Amino acid sequence: MLVSEIKSRPQYPGLEPDLNARSNLVVCDQAGAEAVIEMMEKAGADFARKSTVFLLDENRAPPATSLAERMKPADTVIHYQIASIATQLAGLLQGAKMGVRVYAAGSEPLIGSAVQAAMQQGIDHMSVRTEHRGSLKRRVQCVHCKTMIENVTVNPVECPGCGLLLTVRDHYSRRLAAFQGVCINAEDPSEVPAQEVMYL
Amino acid sequence: MTATQLRPMRIAEIEPVADGIKRFRLVPTDGSPLLNYSAGSHIVVVMRDADGRMWRNPYSLMGPLGNPASYEISVLRVDESRGGSEFMHRLPVGAEVQITNPVNLFTINRQARKHLLVAGGIGITPLMSMLEELSSINADFELRYKVRSLSRGAYCQKLVERYGDRVKIYRSDRGEKLDLDRVLADQPLGTHLYVCGPKEMIDWALETARAEGWPEENLHSEQFGAPPAGNAFTVKLARSNREIRVGPQQSILEALEEHGVDAPFLCRGGACGQCETRVLARDGELKHNDHYLTDAERRSGDKIMICMSRVTGNSLTLDL
Repeated sequence: MLVSEIKSRPQYPGLEPDLNARSNLVVCDQAGAEAVIEMMEKAGADFARKSTVFLLDENRAPPATSLAERMKPADTVIHYQIASIATQLAGLLQGAKMGVRVYAAGSEPLIGSAVQAAMQQGIDHMSVRTEHRGSLKRRVQCVHCKTMIENVTVNPVECPGCGLLLTVRDHYSRRLAAFQGVCINAEDPSEVPAQEVMYL
Repeated sequence: MTATQLRPMRIAEIEPVADGIKRFRLVPTDGSPLLNYSAGSHIVVVMRDADGRMWRNPYSLMGPLGNPASYEISVLRVDESRGGSEFMHRLPVGAEVQITNPVNLFTINRQARKHLLVAGGIGITPLMSMLEELSSINADFELRYKVRSLSRGAYCQKLVERYGDRVKIYRSDRGEKLDLDRVLADQPLGTHLYVCGPKEMIDWALETARAEGWPEENLHSEQFGAPPAGNAFTVKLARSNREIRVGPQQSILEALEEHGVDAPFLCRGGACGQCETRVLARDGELKHNDHYLTDAERRSGDKIMICMSRVTGNSLTLDL
């Protein structure tokens, strides 16, 4: 479980089908696809028929095509980047009517981007049903130079933009879909704390 | 607690606005400035008759927002009820009542793309200030308003004059029906629904919305029902070691107040959670009439909202 004392740290209660939704837009990566398949099995074929899955293929096992097969009769669209999933999701939500439900399962950067795209189209972030699966990697924004750092697994992390050594806080921005990275040794840059692999 | 501090007010104006509905304009007797309130807020009006009988009824605030010099409420006279609204209807201009400070449990969602307001009868009152605010900020909104007839629906003409075709009125005396499922199916993503009216109408509207795939986050409602009547019983206060009789038409909270016990409250409608009280022992079953406790809490039987709920047996022991 992803637990923090910081209240802005998102929580992911788990995928639950909304059987009344007229259509379902489901975002997942390969680890998250297992949660989606469990939800589809629980909800039945009618639910799956009303669903479109956007599957992020990160070239890991199991192969995306076999996952797509297991999610039938839902339609699956394979993407290779989070950004292209977010763009397609936003495009489908633009001009949509009430009654469409968004789901996201997998790593936090993927869930965060899906929630961000949904929010930008008027959906309350709490209405997006989410489940964390797989890697603990994070998207981190350097609060100093605003560089977005993808796939962060270590803490502290060096900002590739300004070079500052950042402590990765649990302080999360839904607007940016990123955790905040704050300089850890501003007083004495020669002080370099040991790096830990915290978010594998 | 500041919210239950009472402020004396004088009735400055009374206007009949529909059959059995009067609008009251209240001004502070001491001329002190009134608090600003947000759209959707209500106050509790405390009324006392010559015999010392007391009523505390919640009413939604209407009238201008922003540095108000007066508060306005609309009161529907409910016959064969507990008498508060009847008493209010007998008061003349110049009479005094007391009020609590405004509390808002029915707020506008500022992130909504569109606001769909649905009212039934007197349920129009909290929506009046919302409409004013939404109109002033150029928000996208529409009102669907169910009335029995034009003479029984308050503010019908005023609403149409002000907001034009954003207002649709459904008259049941003409058999006009609100096809809510069709209305809900055709709303843009990001629409929020606000419902106020009789309990049956609120339940129907929310269930219809859920069936159309609307998420809970987009559903908002408010209901001010009088506490339902039931059998009389005795409330035992464990901490103060007192026993107080609750009459069939009385709520526990009202019985406590009558005997000088100062229990916390805000909404008196089972919505806010302020009066949640621990149950130590009970004879019979709890009759939960609130919409605050979770189903699990109701089943556990160790909590009660004393403004609305009661017990079916002869006694109830509370941690008070």
